[in-house]
Parts: sequence; structure tokens; C-alpha cells
Amino acid sequence: MNEKTTIATKELLYKIADDLLIIGHRNSEWTGLGPILEEDISFSSMAQDKIGQSMSVFQILQQLGEGEPDTVAFNRASENFYNSQFVELPNGEYDFSLMRHFLYDHADQLRFEMLAKSSFEPIAKLAQKIKGELKYHVYHANIWVTKLGNANEESHSRMQNALNECWNFALGMFEESEFENTLINEKIFAGENELKKKWLENISLILEKASLKIPEEKNWKPFFGGRKHIHTEYLKPLVDEMGEVFSIDPGVEW
Amino acid sequence: MIKSLDPRVTRAQIEENNTITPLKDLDQWETYEVFHQKKRGDQHMHVGIVHAPNPEMALLFAKEQYGRRGMSVNIWVVGTRDVYTSDYDDTDMFDVSEKNYREAGGYKVMEKINKYKKANKIK
Repeated sequence: MNEKTTIATKELLYKIADDLLIIGHRNSEWTGLGPILEEDISFSSMAQDKIGQSMSVFQILQQLGEGEPDTVAFNRASENFYNSQFVELPNGEYDFSLMRHFLYDHADQLRFEMLAKSSFEPIAKLAQKIKGELKYHVYHANIWVTKLGNANEESHSRMQNALNECWNFALGMFEESEFENTLINEKIFAGENELKKKWLENISLILEKASLKIPEEKNWKPFFGGRKHIHTEYLKPLVDEMGEVFSIDPGVEW
Repeated sequence: MIKSLDPRVTRAQIEENNTITPLKDLDQWETYEVFHQKKRGDQHMHVGIVHAPNPEMALLFAKEQYGRRGMSVNIWVVGTRDVYTSDYDDTDMFDVSEKNYREAGGYKVMEKINKYKKANKIK
């Protein structure tokens, strides 16, 4: 790969890994506090999956010359993170977290489906490997959102409000990189616009079954910035807490 | 209502002078029996229960509860209400201690075989 392609690829990998790490961490904050035992276990298990996936991506970055995964994940200043603002938002109540899980995981699954055909082999291989995990995450989200969307007035209105709250932040996941064309031309990744299109198709199908309405297009105002290190006030406390144990003694053997 | 540092206790909305209250309807979801299959072709084995409001969610939960550490290729869930069981009072129906004739070991033929072999000089 030439230098420009390497930089473009690294940025792509960082944004994927950071999204996974941050949302994995947020979802893990529900451990022990979930609404039902079985659901607590499922949600925590999926959070573990996400953090594990982020580690796999950091390992690919390491092969491209970046630092050790543990250091990069737990000893980096929040100003240097590439995650979307969507994933750093606090958990709110379970309705918000479930809706975020639904919107994020669909995008994640589609992104990796696209990457399975990437010309950059390591990420294509990883995409194949985690296909089963992502299948369950989306299956879980679909069932919950559909059941709650249709159950009764309270569950329906909570889900609709959560969707409205999440929407503009969710659109922020598809913030374009300055290297979009490089990634597309080198066939590394077919681009955020392509991903957003597929995402809208997929979620619309489920949301319709759940009797939920997507906000009108004229009101869409994506919250961009995360990919360019512009974050909300919520990221720094998260990063500080996440790295707390590691930072006590960064050199130690685990 | 008791307000605790533990949000689960607060959420349970327990009265200050805590007397025992009977369970409300739908306080607990129904249970489903879970069976998993270790590899294709094996029998499905019972592994436990999950609480769920309907079969789809029972399957969703069972996959994580019992399948998250590998060792499963397939899972069944059956509502506990659909399981017909025998009564422990009827355990005496299962008593077969006097019925050797139903087991292979109840037929002692090795002696007779050896005797025959010896008599007819067969190895």
C-alpha cells in the first residue's frame, strides 16, 4: 500500500475500533443493572463481543505500525479518539440503550459485510470471522425493538421517543472521511454513503414491523464531528474511567 | 418506598414497613425448558430453564444463557407448561428390581457356551 492508502486505511480502522470499544464499554455499564436476568446476561455478553472485536481491529492497526492494543485502547487521551458522538452518549434508560443498540448494530453488521469484500485482507478476514456474532446482535435488537414497539402504549411511546432522540446522532455514524475516494478507488471500503443507504433500507423494514416512524427527512441534522476528534462532554469521563485500572501501572503484565 | 444506592432495590418499589406482599399477575415470566445439541446428529440434552414472555424471546435468551460458551450447534425451547410429567407418588410403577429377564445380563449363557466348545473341541 502506498502512504496515502495506509493513512486512509488506518483512519478507517481507528474509527471502527473506537466505535466498538466505546459502545462496548457503555453497554457493559448495564451489567448487573439490566431489567431481567437473562437480558442482563445477553447484553453483557454482546458488550464483551464488541470489546473483543475492537481488540482484533487494534491488532490489525498494530501490524500497520500503531501501538500495542492495550495501550492504544486504555492509555490514549480522549481528544485522540475517532468514535462517533452517538456511542459516547450516556446510557439513559433501557429504551435509549436498546434503540442505540438497534441502530448501531445494523450499521455495524452492514459495514462488516461490505468489508468482507475488501482488498485489504486482514479486515476482510476479520469480517468473515465475526459474522456469526453480528448476526446474533442484530437478531437480538430486532426482536426487542419489534416486541416493544408493538406491546402497549407505554412501550411504543418509549421506543418512538428513543428513536427520535437517537436519530440525528445515529446519522453522525456516517460522517465521511477526507479519504473516502481513496478507500473506494482502492476497493478497501465502498464508502459511508453506500453504507448509509443500505442501513436505511434494513432498519426501515424492522421499524415498520415495530410500528415505529423514522423522523421526516427534512428534519435530519446529523451530529458530525466524532471522526475528526470533536466530542461531547461525555467522552472524557468515560475514557478516564475505562483506562483507570490500566493507568495505575501501564507496564504491568496481565 | 425504600430508596437505596442500589438502583435495583429502588426500582423494586418496596414499602418502608416491608410486609410480605403476594406476587402480582405476570410478576414473573413463564419458564421454558432449554435443550441443546452439542454437535449435529447428537441428542438434544436438557440444560436448564429461561424465563420469557414468548417462545421467540425464550430462544433468544437461551442462546446466550446456555450457548455463549460454545459447545452448542442447536437449541430447542419448550414451554414448561407443555411438558407432561409423571408423579413422584407413582415411582413404584418404575420398580424393576425383580425383572432380570429384561436385561441381557440376566441370561447366563457363557458357561453353557464354554462347555459346548470344550465338548466339541472348538476353540
